[in-house]
Amino acid sequence: MTEPRPVHGPAAVHDLPMERVNAPQGFWRGFGGTVGDIWRYRELLTNLVRKELKVKYKGSFLGFAWSLVRPLLMLAIYYIAIGKFLKSPVPSFVVFLFSGLVAWTFFADVVNGATAAITGNAGLIKKVYFPREILPLAVVGAALIQFALMLGVLFVVVLATGRSLDLLKLLYLPYAMVPLLLFTTAIALLMSAANVYLRDTSHLVEVGLLFWFYMTPILYAFGTVQEKIASAGGWVEQIYLANPMAVIAFGFQEAIYQTETDNGLQLLYGGDLALRLGVVTVASAAFLWFAQRIFARAQGNFAQEL
Amino acid sequence: MSDIVIRVADVSKRFRIDKDKSLKERLVLRKSNRVPVEDFWALRNVSFELEAGSTLGLIGHNGSGKSTLLKTVGGILTPTTGFVEKRGRIAALLELGAGFHPDLSGRENVYLNASILGLTKVQTDRYFDAIVDFSGIEQFIDTQVKFYSSGMYVRLAFAVAVHVDPEILLVDEVLSVGDEPFQRKCLERIKTFQREGRTIVFVTHSLDQTRELCNRVILLEHGEMIIDGPPVDAIRTYRDRYAVPEDEPVVDEGTGELTITGVEVVGSDGVKRTEFVPGDDVSIQLEVTVHQPVAAWVCGIEVRNQVDTLVFGTNSQLLGCTLPALTSGVQRLRFTLPQIPMTEGKYAVTAAVHPPEAAKEFHRVDRVSGFTVRSGSDQTGVVYLRASLDLL
Repeated sequence: MTEPRPVHGPAAVHDLPMERVNAPQGFWRGFGGTVGDIWRYRELLTNLVRKELKVKYKGSFLGFAWSLVRPLLMLAIYYIAIGKFLKSPVPSFVVFLFSGLVAWTFFADVVNGATAAITGNAGLIKKVYFPREILPLAVVGAALIQFALMLGVLFVVVLATGRSLDLLKLLYLPYAMVPLLLFTTAIALLMSAANVYLRDTSHLVEVGLLFWFYMTPILYAFGTVQEKIASAGGWVEQIYLANPMAVIAFGFQEAIYQTETDNGLQLLYGGDLALRLGVVTVASAAFLWFAQRIFARAQGNFAQEL
Repeated sequence: MSDIVIRVADVSKRFRIDKDKSLKERLVLRKSNRVPVEDFWALRNVSFELEAGSTLGLIGHNGSGKSTLLKTVGGILTPTTGFVEKRGRIAALLELGAGFHPDLSGRENVYLNASILGLTKVQTDRYFDAIVDFSGIEQFIDTQVKFYSSGMYVRLAFAVAVHVDPEILLVDEVLSVGDEPFQRKCLERIKTFQREGRTIVFVTHSLDQTRELCNRVILLEHGEMIIDGPPVDAIRTYRDRYAVPEDEPVVDEGTGELTITGVEVVGSDGVKRTEFVPGDDVSIQLEVTVHQPVAAWVCGIEVRNQVDTLVFGTNSQLLGCTLPALTSGVQRLRFTLPQIPMTEGKYAVTAAVHPPEAAKEFHRVDRVSGFTVRSGSDQTGVVYLRASLDLL
């Protein structure tokens, strides 16, 4: 597809270059080409994001408000169950919980939505050409808007609790959002493609996300885990920290919760968080590139597999 | 006009038909080579070049690979071997309303669908009124699409699709939507595209449309190109291969007092014939066998073309003949159709005998016999008129 151009007479056809349809891209190159392709279709992307948001809660009484109500209800449930019933030792537990949960909700929403993004739009895939990446990206876009709203509510909650915010530490927020976005998009691309070939993916994703959620320090402080695994040796801790979502959650907590320790309990990641986030960012960028290449390989057969 | 806009080079497409998609199957059957996979070649070594401004029709029976070829050109499917090159923008009218979401209003869907087809917001804004106007559903444009009738749905979708401004238009059997006035509108639009010198590739089952619109036709069978040439040749070959009268079961029903035991198409010389040219005399000879005495009866024939349109029909009553009472034996009749004014095509004969008033039939045989008319390529339509042209 060439770039949508202003209306012109078809007489200009012979000026246009002959180009391959679905030209095979090398594995190592082609990422840039796809990015350019997606850029040309950016209007489709925004339209699809708008559609996702509009359609999701269409017909329901609360409508769009659900996208705020649902995560806030989750927050309330965790707060009562973990904070009150199980008596979490973390002070201002609601802020701690919320700052990690806001990142996780974005991640989980995207992964859940993207898994069905290709299979759910089989009609489109089989009939019209457009860069297939648009579909999972639209899920990311829609989740990003909900994420922004949640972030707004989070700041209201922080202000309401009367906690002070160190503005310098707040810089961790954008710093942690970059790897979150990269990593989430990569997973979204992989899962959306995988589900075409293997329909079990959606079920695996469900269970996987649950496990992953508890492997990420959102409901509990990092110190709690550290105590438990210290006896097993440093490598167990390293495995735990190899989870990009854990590092990203640390970033969010560092930015918003900010209290490092309380009564000798390590609440946040004590080490060099900036370095870890940097590593995760670079790794996520590489992962995204890799995921896109896998996606590009898989997409040639989408139309016939669906 | 020698610009090649589409080049299909030795394209083959293999489909793998996996019997099962679940993880269990894959794990269990992985080692043993019994993974149930069937190979199926939807296209085999298809090559052609298409010049700018031409209209190519793809015909063939169901499953012959027409749609696969169209999708390969449109970039929806990747060929297994070979490649496709194109010049300019392709818009594909493959399935109308594929991108419509039932919960969105007509207006929202227009913008969404237009962007799927590659239009920008600015372009859609400019065309919006024309799109709504073309679809003819102004008063429902802000209603959710799920409340639309199927006709309204396709009208809107088609309206969006034809306002995309492509150099190459791919059309897959979408010209048969909507009511007749709308169909005419669609055909008009296609012809406008042709006049503007755009290239059109379309898949259809309507051979009349093919003859009317295309200047080139490719006939596919089991993924292979059988014919690539002017419409008349391809359509003729297609009809000869998939003749309707031989393919379809003959309906044979009635109460049985009289039965039609023979139907023959003969020429003016009384000899059995199956091929005619316009202007020939065609006679249809019937043989009616009497099983029970009948006081009054009517005998009728119908001639239908390959799309089962009634071209001609008459019976003894309409012709003003009172047929004699029958008691036993066999009665022969002959209908003569002098100087048939029919165009190229296959025609099938249906014959029936029935009482003068009652709705029941003694016996009817559908498409029991047939004949072919060869008229050449100088005209299209249903009737063959010896047209000529003079400059005044």
